[in-house]
Amino acid sequence: MEQATESSVVFTRPHALLPVVTNYCPGCTHGIVERLVAEVLDELDVEGNTIGVAPVGCSVMAYDFFGCDMIEAAHGRAPAVATAVKRVHPDSVVFAYQGDGDLASIGMAETIHAATRGEDITVIFINNAIYGMTGGQMAPTSLPHQVTQTSPYGRDVSSAGYPIRVAELLSSLDGVAYIERVTVDSPKNVRKAKKAIKKAFETQIQGRGYSMVEVVSTCPTNWGMSPQESFEWMRENMLPYYPLGVYKDVVADGYVDAAEAAQARAAQCPMVAEAQTEGE
Amino acid sequence: MARIIVDDGFCKGCGLCVDACPVHIMELDPDRITPKGYHPAHCIDESRCIGCCSCALMCPDVAITVER
Amino acid sequence: MAEKVLMKGNEALAESALRAGCRFFFGYPITPQTELAAYMSKQMPKIGGTYLQAESEVAAINMVYGASAAGARVMTSSSSPGVSLKAEGISYMAGADLPGVIINIQRGGPGLGSIQPSQSDYWQATKATGHGDFQVIVYAPSTVQEMADVAYEAFDVADKYRTPVMILGDGLLGQMMEPVILPEPKDLSELPEKPWATTGHGHKRSHNVVNSLYLTAEDLEQLNIERYERYAQIKEQEQRSESYLTDDADIVVVAFGASARVARSAVNAAREKGIKAGLFRPITLWPFPEDALKATLPTARAYLDVEMNMGQMIEDVRLVVEGKAPVEFLGRAGGMVPTPEEVLDKIEAMAASLA
Repeated sequence: MEQATESSVVFTRPHALLPVVTNYCPGCTHGIVERLVAEVLDELDVEGNTIGVAPVGCSVMAYDFFGCDMIEAAHGRAPAVATAVKRVHPDSVVFAYQGDGDLASIGMAETIHAATRGEDITVIFINNAIYGMTGGQMAPTSLPHQVTQTSPYGRDVSSAGYPIRVAELLSSLDGVAYIERVTVDSPKNVRKAKKAIKKAFETQIQGRGYSMVEVVSTCPTNWGMSPQESFEWMRENMLPYYPLGVYKDVVADGYVDAAEAAQARAAQCPMVAEAQTEGE
Repeated sequence: MARIIVDDGFCKGCGLCVDACPVHIMELDPDRITPKGYHPAHCIDESRCIGCCSCALMCPDVAITVER
Repeated sequence: MAEKVLMKGNEALAESALRAGCRFFFGYPITPQTELAAYMSKQMPKIGGTYLQAESEVAAINMVYGASAAGARVMTSSSSPGVSLKAEGISYMAGADLPGVIINIQRGGPGLGSIQPSQSDYWQATKATGHGDFQVIVYAPSTVQEMADVAYEAFDVADKYRTPVMILGDGLLGQMMEPVILPEPKDLSELPEKPWATTGHGHKRSHNVVNSLYLTAEDLEQLNIERYERYAQIKEQEQRSESYLTDDADIVVVAFGASARVARSAVNAAREKGIKAGLFRPITLWPFPEDALKATLPTARAYLDVEMNMGQMIEDVRLVVEGKAPVEFLGRAGGMVPTPEEVLDKIEAMAASLA
């Protein structure tokens, strides 16, 4: 964490990240993103009030890395688990940390419905276009023609279909307050990613609705490249398919929260108008 | 005056810090191997370190502490 | 003064759960448990609780997992096909030692089956609720009063042993109305503390982790052994059953839930005809009340297992009887309910062959 203090130490491990050697391969961006989440928990001073939900996938052991209370969820179910935790402890900070197979394949129903319910949770989504933990199979976000263990001739979209752009998909839902897609391939982008993650947590704490940050990431081991080549490949192939940027920000759009934005969007619907009158 | 400390217990020798350093003073040490079997990163010229934290920002294993 | 009211079984289950301190309900619509969820959706907002209709059975049970991890008294209800979908979450709850109550108002199967009452999920409930080495405590009430009683008790038992508890009803019990005396509402502040729950550590303790993943085989085996030690304790302390006219019975009818109601009528009718018949009714299906059933062995000359399925509990009955007496079977499946006459005919036939 960068610190603007009198101390001579200007960067060290955040408190919310336990001093544990991770199971991640060398150069894996999971470590960067988890550190950013922990830095944000420190800066917002919420570690003691936070409950995180770990997924199934490479980051399955995240419960051993974060210093806050942690729950290990079944594959894809982190948003459902996080939903319930938040309902039990509405004043807590609740986040789910998920990969692409977990969030966008086996857990897509849970993802979409947590988002559309406008759950006040924050989801950190690692999109590296492959299943890492199981050894490099095709993911819901694998690119067309991308070679993986289960698309050895390249992803054939006529058979396997197209990749899912999660940020775009979820930003159409009324319960969503904030969605941004970032990457962590350079110090500059790491700083931007941290800003987005912080904003997502602040969105939750302010009770504005569902927030998600998609991090376009790499998998050097299963892509069969060095970490450096992986970033090159990601910039060349993934970023054109998954453009970086803010996909939804109800506050920037002039609304207090997702609920207000949703109401404005459906103002012509008499059912919505009726509820509005009743609420006044 | 700035300096960095690399914790060999955490460093996995991925080299992302080497690429990130704007003054090119990071290197994977060819003469040393960590307990986990990696060549750890180290600074080859502390006098030129500007304390920008780029190496630490890119380190996936939080192995780097920066002092300034 | 306890109040006596006329209620449907499903509603009695729900009201009793609320009185036991359940404030979180997650479910998905399915017949024939609908009244239960509807009751919860009506009552929860009035008492500051949460009713949430999940997007799926899978999501619902994982919400139960989350709420339980967060320290809450929580339940879900479903019917057979829906419980199959919950198998994943129940296994994870068992693996993470999380308490919670799961209601199965059974219907005919397999597959989409029917919406008529059935008991064909006995095996699922007692032997294979999900993957891995684990058991859940299973209650099988046979009256509306008993549905209220076991729902009230289930939350305490779940918390005590840190295990999921299932209440296995059926469409018949869920829909029928009977008078019921409801239990006193519990004082929420007196519910047991859960120091293991993920509530936010407030920098006052090290972080709590709720988890079922153990990559070191030795560790996972040890946890399974410890869990089975707890199961042994449950077997010792939690077996429940009713023995009706079994003391001198030549023929002991064994039945649970709705089929036990039918069997009781048949036993009474047999007694009127001078046949020494009795009824043994398991109230817990796991742990199976083997001690009480064993107690009938010295006098019983034959057993008749009656179920609304093709013969599932009969395997547990035979394990207890150990070949010391014949165990015959009468079952109706697919949503059919046996009639007292059918059971009586069978008892009479058995009595004739004994004579």
